[in-house]
Amino acid sequence: MKVSKNTVAAIVAAVFGVAVLVLLFLYAVNDGNEFAVRIQGIMNQLSGGILASLTLFTLTLVFSMPIGLFVCFARRSRFKVIAIVTKFYISVMRGTPLMLQLIVVYFAPYYLFKIPLSSNYRFYAAIIGFSLNYAAYFAEIYRSGIEAVPKGQYEAAKVLGYSRQQTFMKIVFPQMVRHTLPPVTNEIITLVKDTSLAYAIAYVEMFTLAKQVAAAQSSIMALFVAGAFYYIFNLLVAFVMGRIEKKMNYYAK
Amino acid sequence: MKLLEINNIRKSFDNQLHVLRDISLSVEEGEVVSILGPSGSGKSTLLRCATMLETMDGGTLSYCGESAVIEVDGKSRYMPKSDIKRIHGYFGLVFQNFNLFPHYTVLKNIMDAPVHIQKRNKAEVREEAMSLLRQMGIEDKADSYPCQLSGGQQQRVAIARALAMNPKILFFDEPTSALDPELTSEILKVLRDLASRKMTMVIVTHEIEFAKNVSDRVIFMDEGYIVEQGKPEDVIDNPENDRVKAFLNKVMG
Repeated sequence: MKVSKNTVAAIVAAVFGVAVLVLLFLYAVNDGNEFAVRIQGIMNQLSGGILASLTLFTLTLVFSMPIGLFVCFARRSRFKVIAIVTKFYISVMRGTPLMLQLIVVYFAPYYLFKIPLSSNYRFYAAIIGFSLNYAAYFAEIYRSGIEAVPKGQYEAAKVLGYSRQQTFMKIVFPQMVRHTLPPVTNEIITLVKDTSLAYAIAYVEMFTLAKQVAAAQSSIMALFVAGAFYYIFNLLVAFVMGRIEKKMNYYAK
Repeated sequence: MKLLEINNIRKSFDNQLHVLRDISLSVEEGEVVSILGPSGSGKSTLLRCATMLETMDGGTLSYCGESAVIEVDGKSRYMPKSDIKRIHGYFGLVFQNFNLFPHYTVLKNIMDAPVHIQKRNKAEVREEAMSLLRQMGIEDKADSYPCQLSGGQQQRVAIARALAMNPKILFFDEPTSALDPELTSEILKVLRDLASRKMTMVIVTHEIEFAKNVSDRVIFMDEGYIVEQGKPEDVIDNPENDRVKAFLNKVMG
């Protein structure tokens, strides 16, 4: 796969555009523009939360995408028991609120085993809760991608002597990735926004802080800034995923 | 030497529909055998049983004197995986829908199995693949993806892919049924060429005229039985069986 000139040009343009906006903003702050200074103040107050949101987002993706693949395998297992248990797991993860799942993961050690809750555990509970939930969704997306690969592909591979593992790794997986990119993009975008749900277990991410700042300032500005962050971040996600999709389109179906 | 020997194959789906009822067939080295018959007569199923894409209920199967399937207590029993794997190397199959790997270039479609399954020298395989493409008249398509080719070109790649494995016998499952008349003649030309090189082939086809011209033996199937077989001029020009007569009258107008 080659990186096309267009891709490079688009990335350069995007980086340049963002740089210009940042410079303009910094200039406005420097110039003592009241509005810009206020925004900067809010951003300083949110910065810790932004980092927390990004960490949650990144770690959830890092864990849930591969776990999802294993869940998908289990869901398609030849062993009925494994398949049924996995199906139940997926239906619970999809059928109950993520917020409730987070709270259960956070409080379960205490309620079930009387283990005192440390504030460190908040972070782990958030990662565990998000990863388990998103793994279920990714598993179903992967499953649809695998099932979209025509039977003839398996048959051709079998006649050529590919083993089951080789068939999956070389023939099915690459086609699955291509089929699943659009729904995976959807899921990632949802995750960006869902990180705000971590406030349910008092994991201090950006949204929690934005609400506090808004209340303290008795102004809606902080919420707008938070909203702008989610939006810009998702623009970036959509842009990057769109590029990857294009790259994967080197062959049509 | 007998390359393929099938004895008393029986196959039914869901224990009801008897698709193959007691079919025996053997193919000598260098022989070209065409299988004709109406839809649903079991032609394709016979081919799929012979290439082990479908498991047979009863009967035996062997290639080059090596058993792939033996019969125990009236039921087919498949030999251990290691034997089957070796026997897989004796035959190739060309599908009606080509079943090329869409994410591989033409050259990689042809080279991947010889290099990674048969573990042959890459440079050697490449040379052979290019010469096969030359033979098929599509050497300029080596770096194209299957989606960029016409149906006839795709089928030629599929034939080259099968040939690159150096099979002793090559099966064709209605290789021209997905093609329009012009492209059909392209493929028939390739098959004729292979026949003149003494490639052992078993071809399921609806092209009566072609079967007559190219094959050493024609087999006519109906309702899971072989109802007539012999030299093409006998079976096609002077059929004895009423069903064969009726079928030929219909298709040949």
